[in-house]
This record gives sequence, structure tokens and C-alpha cells, in this order.
Amino acid sequence: MIHSLFLINAAGDIFLEKHWKSVVSRSVCDYFFEAQERASEAENVPPVIPTPHHYLLSVYRHKIFFVAVIQSEVPPLFVIEFLHRVVDTFQDYFGVCSEVMIKDNVVVVYEVLEEMLDNGFPLATESNILKELIKPPTILRTVVNTITGSTNVGDQLPTGQLSVVPWRRTGVKYTNNEAYFDVIEEIDAIIDKSGSTITAEIQGVIDACVKLTGMPDLTLSFMNPRLLDDVSFHPCVRFKRWESERILSFIPPDGNFRLLSYHVSAQNLVAIPVYVKHNISFRDSSSLGRFEITVGPKQTMGKTVEGVIVTSQMPKGVLNMTLTPSQGTHVFDPVTKLLSWDVGKINPQKLPSLKGSMSLQAGSSKPDENPTINLQFKIQQLAISGLKVNRLDMYGEKYKPFKGIKYMTKAGKFQVRT
Amino acid sequence: MSGNGLSYSEQGGEAAPELGQEAATTTTPSIPAAFGLFCSDIKKNEDLKQMLESSKDSAKLDAMKRIVGMVAKGKNASELFPAVVKNVASKNIEIKKLVYVYLMRYAEEQQDLALLSISTFQRALKDPNQLIRASALRVLSSIRVPIIVPIMMLAIKEASSDLSPYVRKNAAHAIQKLYSLDPEQKEMLIEVIEKLLKDRSTLVAGSVVMAFEEVCPERIDLIHKNYRKLCNLLVDVEEWGQVVIIHMLTRYARTQFVSPWKVSFSLEDNFCEKNFYESDEEQKEKDQKVKDTYTMDPDHRLLLQNTKPLLQSRNAAVVMAVSQLYWHLAPKSEAGIVSKSLVRLLRSNREVQYIVLQNIATMSIQRKGMFEPYLKSFYVRSTDPTMIKTLKLEILTNLANEANISTLLREFQTYVKSQDKQFAAATIQAIGRCATNITEVTDTCLNGLVCLLSNKDEIVVAESVVVIKKLLQTQPAHHGEIIKHMAKLLDNITVPVARASILWLIGEYCERVPKIAPDVLRKTAKSFTNEDDLVKLQILNLGAKLYLTNSKQTKLLTQYVLNLGKYDQSYDIRDRTRFIRQLIVPNEKSGALSKYAKKIFLAQKPAPLLESPFKDRDHFQLGTLSHTLNTQATGYLELSDWPEVAPDPSVRNVEIAESAKEWTGILGKPKKEKPTEKFYSESEEEEDESAGTNSSGRYLESNLHLRCLENCIFRTDHYFKRIGKISVPTKTHELLHRMSGKGLAAHYHFSRQPGIFGDRMVSVQVTVTNTTDHKIENIHIEEKKLPSGMRMHEFSPIECLEPAGSVTVSVGIDFCDSTQMASFQLCTKDDCFNVSIQPPVGELLLPVTMSEKDFKKEQGMLTGMNETSTAIPVAPQNSTRLVVIEKLVKAANLGVVPSGQDNIHRFAAKTVHSGSLVLVTVELKESSTAQLVINTEKTVIGSVLLRELKPVLSQG
Repeated sequence: MIHSLFLINAAGDIFLEKHWKSVVSRSVCDYFFEAQERASEAENVPPVIPTPHHYLLSVYRHKIFFVAVIQSEVPPLFVIEFLHRVVDTFQDYFGVCSEVMIKDNVVVVYEVLEEMLDNGFPLATESNILKELIKPPTILRTVVNTITGSTNVGDQLPTGQLSVVPWRRTGVKYTNNEAYFDVIEEIDAIIDKSGSTITAEIQGVIDACVKLTGMPDLTLSFMNPRLLDDVSFHPCVRFKRWESERILSFIPPDGNFRLLSYHVSAQNLVAIPVYVKHNISFRDSSSLGRFEITVGPKQTMGKTVEGVIVTSQMPKGVLNMTLTPSQGTHVFDPVTKLLSWDVGKINPQKLPSLKGSMSLQAGSSKPDENPTINLQFKIQQLAISGLKVNRLDMYGEKYKPFKGIKYMTKAGKFQVRT
Repeated sequence: MSGNGLSYSEQGGEAAPELGQEAATTTTPSIPAAFGLFCSDIKKNEDLKQMLESSKDSAKLDAMKRIVGMVAKGKNASELFPAVVKNVASKNIEIKKLVYVYLMRYAEEQQDLALLSISTFQRALKDPNQLIRASALRVLSSIRVPIIVPIMMLAIKEASSDLSPYVRKNAAHAIQKLYSLDPEQKEMLIEVIEKLLKDRSTLVAGSVVMAFEEVCPERIDLIHKNYRKLCNLLVDVEEWGQVVIIHMLTRYARTQFVSPWKVSFSLEDNFCEKNFYESDEEQKEKDQKVKDTYTMDPDHRLLLQNTKPLLQSRNAAVVMAVSQLYWHLAPKSEAGIVSKSLVRLLRSNREVQYIVLQNIATMSIQRKGMFEPYLKSFYVRSTDPTMIKTLKLEILTNLANEANISTLLREFQTYVKSQDKQFAAATIQAIGRCATNITEVTDTCLNGLVCLLSNKDEIVVAESVVVIKKLLQTQPAHHGEIIKHMAKLLDNITVPVARASILWLIGEYCERVPKIAPDVLRKTAKSFTNEDDLVKLQILNLGAKLYLTNSKQTKLLTQYVLNLGKYDQSYDIRDRTRFIRQLIVPNEKSGALSKYAKKIFLAQKPAPLLESPFKDRDHFQLGTLSHTLNTQATGYLELSDWPEVAPDPSVRNVEIAESAKEWTGILGKPKKEKPTEKFYSESEEEEDESAGTNSSGRYLESNLHLRCLENCIFRTDHYFKRIGKISVPTKTHELLHRMSGKGLAAHYHFSRQPGIFGDRMVSVQVTVTNTTDHKIENIHIEEKKLPSGMRMHEFSPIECLEPAGSVTVSVGIDFCDSTQMASFQLCTKDDCFNVSIQPPVGELLLPVTMSEKDFKKEQGMLTGMNETSTAIPVAPQNSTRLVVIEKLVKAANLGVVPSGQDNIHRFAAKTVHSGSLVLVTVELKESSTAQLVINTEKTVIGSVLLRELKPVLSQG
């Protein structure tokens, strides 16, 4: 399936190549570079590029293009999903996935890639299996290996590979047994000029960090599972149990993982926690425009809205902006025309605002559209959909684990059209 | 290159004494090269060679790491081959791994030297450690050296019967490698594939199907016997395997089942045809008729049913695979369930979005309804990349209908103002398409587009003109005003396409704007030389048309333009000029054609259809690369059309190979053609066994069992339907009384499922109940005291049982066809209780279906010593056929044999352990008696069964 993989950085250098079948010359990437040139921005490079003898499928993450070379028909999502999994694995191994990191750990990267694919077909993609085969580099291990001469490579087949729970290692031990669950909800919304909601939906995930000894079997139940409309699970969740009882029952992987992602059913009205008052006007005659926005809380269930960041892509005609914020800091990049205002917390008594003027290119006509405002915010201890975890039980092990559940609401793709 | 190379040599020199800093050595930034431009490569390699030959593992490892670093950067390290290959037998596993990596990269280039390593791998193939066996096979098969093909073949064959499923998985991968190296081996490899397809390990399934797809996708016959197994294993296969299997099964199903769509078509037809005055009854009749004509093959249903849970997978590729399966295989009414999951994928990365949106675009053309409820999910955000925006727009346009068009148009208005002009242009086209598709809004759209003509942005204006042109063509009658307006715009518009479009419009409808048209020609003739080629052609066109309709005013102008065209730089225009002149200007040489000039130029032209670019994509299987590219990719496997008549469905029936052979063997008729025609339900054995292999708790352990149960129930229902719907209630026996069990009570019953734990085991459902007021922990089985030969499959320990809670678990016991007790201890954390299970003989049987003829034949061979019989009393109310069957089937696990005579009832079964036939005949006599005859080779079973069945019919 996957013939070769090339890693290309922002400057267009191929800094890593790996072949699983016979070697494909790196000149095949020229087609990719051509496409890259045609696309104005990195994110406009088409993910699938046909060339006379190969097909190039790529993903763009962390400013690196991961380009897979394919020779024959294969479901494109198969390759794309796999490439994303590769990036996730790197992130898991090295903390961050960057060019420098990959170059520094090129041997580990190579060994990992070798295990992930055999003849282009995925072999081991579960990170816990990989970590048993090839141990992630740590400073301590490097020192120990140098002294004892032991290696980073496991010499036994990881138990997970054959077991019925491939995502979990056997023999996990912790002194503090703890299980944390973060219910994180994101609001995607488009708000129109007048402040009414065009579309809004809530997507949520439950991210878990489970550090439990042995083979615990967990069940997690909700007060109001009906809210969950469409769900996708980590493979560990027993689907039938969910179908019949609406309970999440699972043997968790060790460490961090995404247990569940869900979509809240569309019938429920979405509470929009913030509003934006805006007054942006360009005048035909003058080269000055007025700019004024105010952000305020709306339906926040008594919680504080924090981490508010307002960004807006100004029209090309805007040369500069002279603004004064009532709180926070703002930056306008005259090259990319991106305005970004880091507001911080919203104090309902004193609403944050940003006022000032824009100077426009002399002679150019007024832009026909006002810029869209993108909003980011966070609300702690609140799941905006009202989802609540009822209880978490553990079976199969005798100790009492420490359990914690945290709620958070964030802005997803939250846009205000002006 | 040389600069970098140098850095290595420099570094090497420095690093050699202090080998500790391994990680750093591969990537330290290069030190500026000041000398040794030419000798650097040699120097570096010498240094590495020395390290590889050192006696210290650490030195070797360090060297190998640096070499792999070179390989990774794409630098040539092939001349180190001899030095590296020596280390292939290193004891240090990391060195070995790295040598493997190196070998796979360079063996093809250095074939002779690569052969040196082969013996090491051959030895490793016999290693007791499965990881070592597997990786030896991996490397051996990745060395693309044609000479070793026979060795590879041998290794693959051996590995395919390895005990470790991991090694077998690697064998499946090796098949593809060998095939690409030497396609001549195809036949042999197909044999291995056939063997591995039978493998029950979920680990192997995905890989072998992949090999199948690559080597012999046309051998669909290999799938038949494995079809049900693959369907049932699917949930447990790793995600990548799932994708491959689902795609393969989609193709398979299209060749084996009949279309489920015809039904829905005719239903829809009915719907449309439904006469207002037609009575409901008639309608019902019609529906009934339609429904009768199609029943879905249970195997077809099985596939749909078993793939559905995978829509919840976190892997986008799996979700997409299931979606395309439903799209291509499910009845139209059911395909809708995939839309929700597909919309969910839109939250994912841009690349995933791109592919998914493309597929939704294709789907939404054919079945709007599927995505209409999710209209708002396709609204465009200003932060989306352009390609995503255009795809969303495409889908929105496809979904537009009378009901939502006004909301959509409002949304489109925002898009038109977008700063991304390319997208704005695409929106205008979309508006045009909506306008043609929905006649109610044509005028609104047209007005909107005319407004856009005064936009400041050229691209927007140009696009509007082009779209207006197309729209006007569809209904030119009313729009003289718009044409005039556009003619005015000509002075300001500079984009060639737009100018050309306006000119064409004026030319085409010159009779509607008789005053303006000549003036336009006048203006353009003036600027002719500066125009774009595209515009020039249209000026010529306009001139020609005017010449034909209004020659009085425009004759001279046209001649002028034609003269200009004659000397144009572009031969295209010169050509056209010459052609037009000959055609329209009458002269002595002009041929017959010029008579028809008017007809040629002013013919009624068909209005262009504004169609989706995704319209023609649906002939590619969704979710494939070919669909994404809209061209056939290499290796694309066509999805066949549904067959008119389904091929024989029985090819998928799996014989219970061993037991069937056994009993035919016993009967001394080894060549019997259809002994297993319908052994109750063969596939169940399969399913249950597949469940058995995974029974210890992977994802949905319990679900699997549930599913099996469901299937069984479904099957049994199905089976019994034929003989009149008889259910088999199961009697519960006590295993442990709560008094003697200190509050722990246990009951058991025989679930009559064939072989969850293996085909010779009777499955017993044990229900454990906690009647105490505290938790009972760790309930498990210990100290089995089984008679020799008997085996038992325990349940996995129950960790904890809440007060008043109860749990049902399955146990498998191989009773060896005897009624001896299976004794064991049921233990909790603190106590142990001796318990035993004694099977009634009726539960040691598995039902068998056979025809009356076969029954008589078999019976004829089981006479004499093998026959026991007795007369039994029959209560009068028990003499009907249904009751007899019900009573007997309740008492013993027997299969009903259809009988031609009313007073004779026949039943067939086989013993669970040995598979010997047990035939039961009940012949009702007058005066409330009956003759009960049992024929079986197992005389003990026969007589015990006789004793047990005796009272059954006498009681009320």
C-alpha cells in the first residue's frame, strides 16, 4: 500500500525518507513541490496529487508535510488516517513533533516507522505496543544504556500484540492509582451581523488520563446520556453495553487517551456564552475607518469566561490600526493583516472593549465586506450541554483509585460575521 | 552534499573516543568545511567501517545509528554493505534491528553480498521467540533478490502454519512481497492464501485479505467459505484490516446477492403513482406484492448488521469504508444511517474533511434526503481552506430545494462578499446552478447576479456575466433589459471571458436589442486589435450575426472587422475570419453553404446544463482513490453490477468438516455428496468458535457472545419457521443452593448453543446469584474432578458480585458422550463449594437436519444391535403433530425431519463429542400408544435416551 514516506519541511527540504518496498527516487516529490507552488498557502496544497506513475498523499501538521507515495488504488482515507497516526505517535514519543525533534531522534523514528508498516501495510499502530518494541528515549535511559549496554529495543513480542486488549500492557504498576477524566466541550457557531445564531452545535470529547495498576475494568455512567447524539469510541469501549445500557464499560489503555467523542443532538438549543458588539465601518471618501468591538458574557451559568482571544483577518486595504483596548493586549500585523486581541477574563461589570481607527490605503475603494471575527474562550467547570458524569466504578482490581472529573467548555470554530 | 559528508567525518573522528553521546552524533549541525573536499566520503566510510569491525557492541551500535541516519536523509551508504552485513548475526538486538533496516534498503542493489545474510535468517526462522521468527521472515521476504525466491516460498509456507498468529500475519504480508518479486509464484501463493483465509485469528484476517486483494482478487470463490467468518470476526479485527476487509466484502457482495434497490424503486413508484382515489386496501395489496418479490439473503443482512457498529469507530477510514458499503449494498431506506457519522468526520483534520466532503458531494447528488438534515454543518467558515470551502459549496448547491433555497441564498450572499475571491466566484456559479434547478428562484437569482455586475472586483463581475449568460440562454424572452444593462457594462469590464460572454449574448439576441447591437460592434471594432483572442473571436461572431440580420447598418463594420481579422497574428483568428467571410459575404465563388449561413449562425442553441462536477463520479466505488481523482487509478477493482439472479447461496455454507467426515466415515460411506446439507446451521459453529478464540474479553467480549446468541436465535427462529415455530424453553437445574453456598446460589441450564468453546463442548449457562448482604468477590472454578477424557472450559473469574446481583456466565464441558457428572469446586474469595453438573442425555446431542429419504437410508444401516425400541403410552391431547414435536424437542436437543406420514414423526441428532448419528422415530398407534424407536451406534446413549423419552408423551 504505502510505498514510501517523505518528510518535507516548510523550506521545501526533504529531511527524512523511508521506503517500505523498492526505493522510489525522491525526485517524485517535484510534483509535490509544483502543487505546493500553485497553492498560495500550505493548507491549500491538495492532499491527493496524481503523478504519472505514483500518487502522492500528504498531510500537513506541525509545519511538516508528511508525503506518502502510493503506487496503486487504496482508500485515500486509509493513508491519510495512517499518516495522522504517525504524527500522533511521534508526538507521544517525543512530546512534540517538530523537525528538530525528528532529526534529533532519527534512529528511533526510523525504528518506529519500521514497526508501524510492513510492506506498506500497518503492522503495529497502538502506541503501547510500539513503546514496548521501541522504548521512547529519555535522558535516564540513554545514560543507563550507555553504562549497561542495554538497548532501546524490546526482544519479546509485546503481550498486547496478541492479546484481546491490544491497547493495554500487562504488568502495569503504580503507587498512586488515579483516573482523571476531562469532559471538554467545544461550541462551533456562526453568528450573523445582528447577533442571531445562524448555526451552533456542540461537540465534546472525554479525554482520560488513567494510571491504574493491573487490569482494571471501568464503567462510567452519565446522568443524562440522552444528550449524546452521535458518538465514536476508543476501541476499548464495549459497544453493546453502550447500545443497551448507555454505560461506558472498558478496560482502559495505560496513560492518556481519548475515550469518547460525541456530538450533542441538534434539537437542544445551544447556549451561546458570549456576545460581541461591533461597529466596524469604512467610509468611501476618507482613508480612515472606525473600529470598535466589545465582548460580553451571555449565558454562562454564572461561570467566568476566560482566556478570551479575538482574532480577525482585516481586508487587504487596511494599512494600519490605531487601537486602545480597555484590557489585555492587541497586535496588528500589517503584513498578514491579522488583528489579534488577547482579552483574558471577561469582567461582567466592566466589559472589555477595543476601540480606535483604521488607516486605509489612499485611493483604494472600500472593502465590500467587513472582517469576520473569530473568538476563542474557555469556561472552567462547565459542560455547556449540561452533560454530567454520574459515577465511575472500577472492577477487577482491589485497590481504591483516586478519581477525578473535570468539565470545560471552549470555543471551537466560533465566528461572528460583521 | 560534500559539506554535510564532511561533518560526518569530522564528527566521527571526534566521537569515536567518546562513544557515549550516541543520540547527538547523527544530527549535530555541520561544521563548516575548510579542507578535504574530495576525500571526505572515503574518510567517513573508513571511520564507520572501523567502528563496525570493532569488538565493542557500543561502537558498532553507534556506527549503525549513524548509518541509519544517513539512510534516513537519503544519502548513499551502499558501500558500507560488506561491513554492515557482517553484523547481521549480532547478539545485540538493537544492532540487529538496525542491520535489518539497512539490509532492506540496500539488498536489492547488492544482491551477491546480501546472500551472505540468508543463512542467518533461515536459522532465525526456527527461533523459539516468535518476535525473532517474525522479523526474520519480514527481512527475508523484504530482500528483493530473485535467487532466493524458492527459499522465501518455503519460509512462507512454513510460517503460514506457525503456532503464533503474529508470525502468520507476517507470512500474509510476505505473500505480497514475494508476488511483486516474482509473479510466477502466483499459483503456489494462492494455495497459501487459501490456507490463511481459513485462519480464525483476528490478527491474520486483515493481512491475508490484503494479500488476496493484491494477488488474486478475481478468485472470489476463495471467499465463499470464509464469508460468514469474516463478517463475524470483523469487529475484532484491527482497524486497518477492517478497512481492507470491508472493501473486499463490498465487491464480493455485489457479485453474490441480488439488488435490494429494485424494491425501493418500485415502492417509490407506487408512491408516486398512488392514485388519490385508489383505496388504501389496493395500495396495501400492491405493497404486499412488492414485498413478496424480494427477501434479502441472510448473508447479505449479516454483512450489513455486522458492519454497522463500526460506524462508531474512531478511525475515519473505517467509518468511510462502512459508509461506502452501505451506499453500495444497503437498501436505500437504510443507507441514511451513515450520514450522521460522515458529518461527524467533518470535525477532523483538513485532509480527512477533503476526502469525506468529496464523497458526500457524490452522495448528495443522488440522494439529497440523506444529508438535508445536516445542511447547516456544511456552512462555510472564513477560516476553512479554499478547497474545503468549494466542496462545501458544492454540497450546499446539491442540497438546495424549494424549502431551503431562501436560507441558502442568504448564506450565499455572505460568501459572495468573501475576501477569498476564488471562492466568491465559485459561489456565483453555485447561485447559477440553484437558479436553473429551482425555477421559483430563477428571477431572484438573476436580479441578484445583475446587482453583482456593479461589484468592484473583476473576478466577481466576470463570473456573474458568465453565469448570467448561461441563465439567459435558458429563458431569453424576458430579459432584454438585462442584455442592455450588460452591453453598457462592456465599457468597464476588462476580463476577457466576461467580455466574450457579453458579446456572444448580444450577438445571439441581437434582434432583441436592435439598436444597441450595432453600436457595440462599432465600439469593439475600434478596440479589436487590443483585445484578447477570446474576445476577438466573439467580435467576429457578433459581426457575422449582425451582417446576417441587419446588413444595412453593419455591412461596412463587419467587413472592417473581417479585414482586421485577416491579418491577425493568431492563425486561429485568421482561420475563423476566412471561414466567416466565405460563408456570409456572397460572391461568385461562394458555395451552396452560404445559403444556409443564417441557419448556421442563428440556429437555436441548446441551453447549457449547469451540472455538478461530481455528477459523473458515481461510477467509481466511493471512498477509493479513483473516486477522489475521478480517473481510474492503477489497480482499481471495478465494482460489478448486481447479478440478475443470485448465484447459489449454499456455496457459503461451511461444512463442519471434521464431524461430517467422522460420521460418514462411520457409516462406511466416505463419498457421500451432501451429508451436511443442512446441519442445523453451520455458520453458527463458526461464529461461536470465533467468539471462543477471543473469549477472554477483548472489545465487546460480552457483546460478541450476545451477538452469537442473537444470531443463534435468529437462525433457530428461521429454522423452526419451516416446521411451525416451536421454541425450546430451557429447564433450569440447581447447581448450588443458597443455604449450602453461604448465600451464594448458582443455577445452570443448557443453552443448546453448538460449541461456543469448541465443537465438542456442550455449553452450559451458569447463573450465579448473590443472596447475601455483602459483596462476594472473585468467583471462579477450581479443582475440577473430571472423569478421564472430559474437558471443561471455565468462565473467566467474576471479580465482584454486588448484593442481590446476579451474573450469567457460560461454561463449556466436553462430556465425552457420557452422562457422568462433571464435578468441580465453585470458589469465592473465602470459600469453596463442591458442585457438579450432570447432563440429561438429551443435552448431549446436537440437532441435524436431513431429508426423510436420507433418514430412512441411515436408519436402514443402524439396525440390529443399534436399534432399541419400546411401546409408550400417549396422552390423547398429545397426539397432534405439533405437540409431539414440541415435547420431544423440549426433552432432547433433536432436529425435526420432515415426514410424509401423519402418524410417524422423525427426529435426527448427532452426539456432541463424537458426532455419531442418533435417529428417533415416534410412530403413533391407535388406542393411545406409540412405538418409540431409537437408532444409534452409541447403544448406551440410545437406551438412556429411550428411558428419558418414555414418559414425555404420557404426561399432559
